[in-house]
Amino acid sequence: MLIPHPLLGPRDAQEFTCLGDAALLDRPDGGTEEAFHDYLHLRDNPAGVHRELWFHEYGDRSWLVVTRNTLTHEVISAELAAEVARARGRSR
Amino acid sequence: MGYSGWRIVREAIGGNKGWERAWREPDPAPSYDVVIVGGGGHGLATAHYLAKLHGITRVAVLEKGWLGSGNVGRNTTIIRSNYLLDGNIPFYELSLKLWEGLEQDLNYNAMVSQRGVLNLCHTDGQRDAYARRGNAMRMHGIDADLLGPEGVRRLYPWLNFDDARFPIKGGLLQRRGGTVRHDAVAWGYARAADRRGVDVIQNCEVTGFRIEDGRVKGVETTRGSIAAGKVGVAVAGSTSRVMALAGLRLPIESHVLQAFVTEGLKPLLDGVITFGAGHFYVSQSDKGGLVFGGDIDGYNSYASRGNLPVIEDVAEGGMALMPAIGRARLLRSWGGIMDMSMDGSPFICPTPVEGLYLNAGWCYGGFKATPASGLCFAHLLATGQTHPAAAAYRLDRFRRGYPVDEKGQGAQPNLH
Repeated sequence: MLIPHPLLGPRDAQEFTCLGDAALLDRPDGGTEEAFHDYLHLRDNPAGVHRELWFHEYGDRSWLVVTRNTLTHEVISAELAAEVARARGRSR
Repeated sequence: MGYSGWRIVREAIGGNKGWERAWREPDPAPSYDVVIVGGGGHGLATAHYLAKLHGITRVAVLEKGWLGSGNVGRNTTIIRSNYLLDGNIPFYELSLKLWEGLEQDLNYNAMVSQRGVLNLCHTDGQRDAYARRGNAMRMHGIDADLLGPEGVRRLYPWLNFDDARFPIKGGLLQRRGGTVRHDAVAWGYARAADRRGVDVIQNCEVTGFRIEDGRVKGVETTRGSIAAGKVGVAVAGSTSRVMALAGLRLPIESHVLQAFVTEGLKPLLDGVITFGAGHFYVSQSDKGGLVFGGDIDGYNSYASRGNLPVIEDVAEGGMALMPAIGRARLLRSWGGIMDMSMDGSPFICPTPVEGLYLNAGWCYGGFKATPASGLCFAHLLATGQTHPAAAAYRLDRFRRGYPVDEKGQGAQPNLH
C-alpha cells in the first residue's frame, strides 16, 4: 500500500504504524466517565470507507488521517492530522 | 447411521453405495426456539451442545456462505491451553478437555493430534515469564514443562540454537497441545447437531433483527423472516457489521491475519513450535506442508487477504528460527478476518437487547476455543446464566475496569 503523504508524496505503508479510527482525535477531555469509556473502547469498525490515524514512524514522524477502504485496501486520501484537528477547532 | 471401522468394511463389501449425506439441507422453518447466526465452528458447536446438553433441538444455524467457509477453515489448526490469566486458564483448559473427547462425542474423525506445543524463549527475562506462566498453568492442574536448551535440542536438533541475536534459551512445552483438522471440526459439529434435529441452513444471510420493546423476536434473512425465542450471534470477523443491525457499537476492530503453507516436505517437525523473538508459529500437516503464521497486518480490514510486508516478516521469522526451510517454496497464503477486541479476549455474554446473545472477539485464538465456546454459549442461551468458565468474557468488562489483557497492551487491538 502506498500512502499519499501531503508533504512527501507517495510513501510505502511499511514506513507507518496504524493507530486506528481517526475518531481518536476527539478525546472527550473533561467529559463524563461514560464518554471516555466509549472513546477509549468502542469503534464503528465499518466495512468500506474508514478514516484512521497513521504515524509516519520511519519518515517525518507526522501523524496523518488516512482515508481508506477496508474492503479493497484502496487508499483514498491522506491529510495532516494536525490540520484536521485545527479545522475542528482544536488549538493544536 | 454412525461411522465406525465395521461400517467401512460393510460399505466396502456393498460397493460403498450406503453412504448418506452427512447432514440434511432443510429449508428454514417459520420459527425456532433458538436461532444461531453464523455456521462456523463456534455456531455449530453451540448448536451441538444446545441439543446434546440442554435438550433444545428446535434450533437453526444460519450460515451466509457454506459451512467451513469462514475462519474455521482458514486457521493454523493449533489447540493449547497455555494461558496465564485467571479469566482465561479455566476456559481454555475446558476447551482442551473437550478436544480430547471430541471425536467420540461427535462420532467423527477430526484428527485430534496432541503432538505438543512448544513456546521457545530467547532471553532470560522471557524464560522467567514462561516459568511464571507454566506455574500458573500447573496451579490450575494443567501440564506444563519448562525445558532448557538441552531439552529443546533433544526434540528439535535442527533449530537455530546459537543465533547471535536470538539464541534459544529453552521453552515452555505443553504436551497435551497439538493440532486438529479444522474442516473436520466444522463438518463433525454440523453432522452431530443435524443428527439431533438441528437445522443447519447454508446460503442464508441475516440482513436484520426484529426487535420489539427492547426484546429480540427474530431475524430477517435472504431466505425470509424467521421468528426466534432467542438469537445467538457467532460471526467473528463480521461481528461489528452484524451487531450494527441491532444498533450496537462494540469494542472490536476487524483485522486481517494471514497464514501460509509450503509445498509438501519429508517429516521434519512432529509438534508445534512458536518463535519467541518474532511472531512465527509452525506445525507440519499430515500431507507434509509446513503450516505457519505470524502477526496480523495491523490495519482495519474486511478484505480476507493481506499484503506482502507481513509475508516477508513472517518468512524472516521462520528463517531466523529454522534456516533449514530456506529452500522450501510457499504453496499458498490466505487471509481471514479477525475480531480484534480491546484486550485480546473474547465475549460470551448477553447484550443490551433482551434475548440477543453475543459470541465474539476471538482475536486470532478462536479455533482452539471452539468446543468450550460452543459449550459456554449454549449454556448461556439455554439458561440465561453465564457459564463459570466464561464468566470473565463480558461486554461491560471495560466499563467496569476488568479487562482480561493477556499481553498487557491496553486498548490497542492491533497489538494483541
